[in-house]
Amino acid sequence: MAITLEHVEYKYNEGTPMETEALNDVSLEIRDGEFIGLIGHTGSGKSTLIQHLNGLMRATSGDIRYNGESIYGEGFSMKDLRSRVGLVFQYPEHQLFEIDVFTDVCFGPKNQGLSKEEIERRAKEALTLVGIDESYYKKSPFELSGGEKRRVAIAGVLAMKPEVLILDEPTAGLDPRGRDEILGQLVRLHDEQGLTVILVSHSMEDVAKYVDRIMVMDHGCLVFDDTPRAVFAHYRELEKIGLAAPQVTYIAHALKEAGFPVRTDVITVAEAEEAILCTLAMDKEREN
Amino acid sequence: MGIIKAKNLIYNYIKRDEEEKVEEVSEAVRDVSLDIEEGQFVAVLGHNGSGKSTLAKHMNALLLPSEGTIWIGGKDTKDDDALWEIRQTAGMVFQNPDNQIIASVVEEDVGFGPENMGVPTDEIWQRVDECLKAVGMTAYRKSSPNRLSGGQKQRVAIAGVMAMEPKCIVLDEPTAMLDPNGRKEVIRTVRELNQKKGITVILITHYMEEVIHADRIYVMDEGEIAMEGTPQEIFSRVEKLKSLRLDVPQVTELAYELRKKGLSLSPCILDIETFVAELTDIWKKRTGSSTAKAAAAGPASAE
Repeated sequence: MAITLEHVEYKYNEGTPMETEALNDVSLEIRDGEFIGLIGHTGSGKSTLIQHLNGLMRATSGDIRYNGESIYGEGFSMKDLRSRVGLVFQYPEHQLFEIDVFTDVCFGPKNQGLSKEEIERRAKEALTLVGIDESYYKKSPFELSGGEKRRVAIAGVLAMKPEVLILDEPTAGLDPRGRDEILGQLVRLHDEQGLTVILVSHSMEDVAKYVDRIMVMDHGCLVFDDTPRAVFAHYRELEKIGLAAPQVTYIAHALKEAGFPVRTDVITVAEAEEAILCTLAMDKEREN
Repeated sequence: MGIIKAKNLIYNYIKRDEEEKVEEVSEAVRDVSLDIEEGQFVAVLGHNGSGKSTLAKHMNALLLPSEGTIWIGGKDTKDDDALWEIRQTAGMVFQNPDNQIIASVVEEDVGFGPENMGVPTDEIWQRVDECLKAVGMTAYRKSSPNRLSGGQKQRVAIAGVMAMEPKCIVLDEPTAMLDPNGRKEVIRTVRELNQKKGITVILITHYMEEVIHADRIYVMDEGEIAMEGTPQEIFSRVEKLKSLRLDVPQVTELAYELRKKGLSLSPCILDIETFVAELTDIWKKRTGSSTAKAAAAGPASAE
């Protein structure tokens, strides 16, 4: 089970003087059960890329395979692909529209043509997964707080039981706790349900803390594709393309420059704490 | 009295049923009193739904208090005749740059505010020049706003507010939708306006790193001011902030954790420079003494 991109290119307004290249020779593989962070500055091609993954946009050249089968091949069902690869757009709460929370979440599975029992079962399951309990079911989606609305919107996509879940900046505009709640739930879905998750984010701290692999886009090209530690080791290059490393990575580098010998490949607060204590402990040992 | 002063401010959102009967009243702001001095950089923190934005909308009379009073530049916002003056004193910048840019050319967008105020044409252009320069967008004055990045659009929006020459700018999560570079650009611009032009800044944000230079921080919870103080005072209370669904900058958290482990660091470190200086100090003291000991022990153990 995997999504494979082979030399994918996408040009906006192809064949006109306004032609711009949004994706430039992108090849990559998304394997089953991965938790991937996708980063890049505004306009780097992230959103264009994720819309290719469920066939909302069609590559101008190159091929995309879902479990080995070309999604552009004859007889391939795009409708089927879209229910397997769920896409949660930025500010998904703007897409809530039904009279109550429960009906809204039922919308996706209803369109998949499932039975009423199955639809309701899935809606309940999805809402439970995002931590929305029954007391909310009959509320209007517009009465909820920002974080709650967003979780309902994510449940709407989960109810379609996708195998791959792609989220475009799911934490933008949320307070720190709301952010941790949503990301924590994604980790749980990934761990417990084996869901493949692709997280588009502007927060390097979040990406460092949660994902096992980072893909970095710049000018439509995939410039890095590696573990968070390996990617953030290139923090100077990341800065040049409008990104950054987590603050703790800078702290570690600054410490080393100032003569405090510490590991510089730390990317979370816990790692930095451990590294600093480790340096100090080693010194104690030598002293003894 | 400061440029913005609120006394026992209360605001209720009232939900009515089809027959206009009151169904539910929710108190978004409860009994807030504050006094903001001219020229200050003030930050407002608080979780989603804590009442920050509702409070901000009172600062240029977009909302009027249900009870209590708020004065902007000494004018009561309930006074209809003072409305224009109030909105010129306090300008507002919102979260989504796409919702606040209206013209098809950058310079015309910046000129829109003063034009509506009836400023003479020559002066409008003079203000547009100045404001675009202040936000570092002069090179884009003839561009179309929809070709700009998020950070650039937000800076144009700030220039548009500045062109009305307000004494005070209220920014409601201006960086929530931006990438790291865009965020830096906007915050740098806002700090410069505050420092160079003396404009009072009220910044509402969820990014803790953006407020460490503020003169004063208010933390809101359940419509009330839950904490108030300098960044040092606020961020030294890590547990309290977390209980209010907030966070501290990574450097502050790291220092806090190390201090708990017994390292002699200052109680509240907000920037990398201080942290590095203190930790290297500790290191030098230790290694300094151990080298001295090694030397005293003689050449046999000099390894």
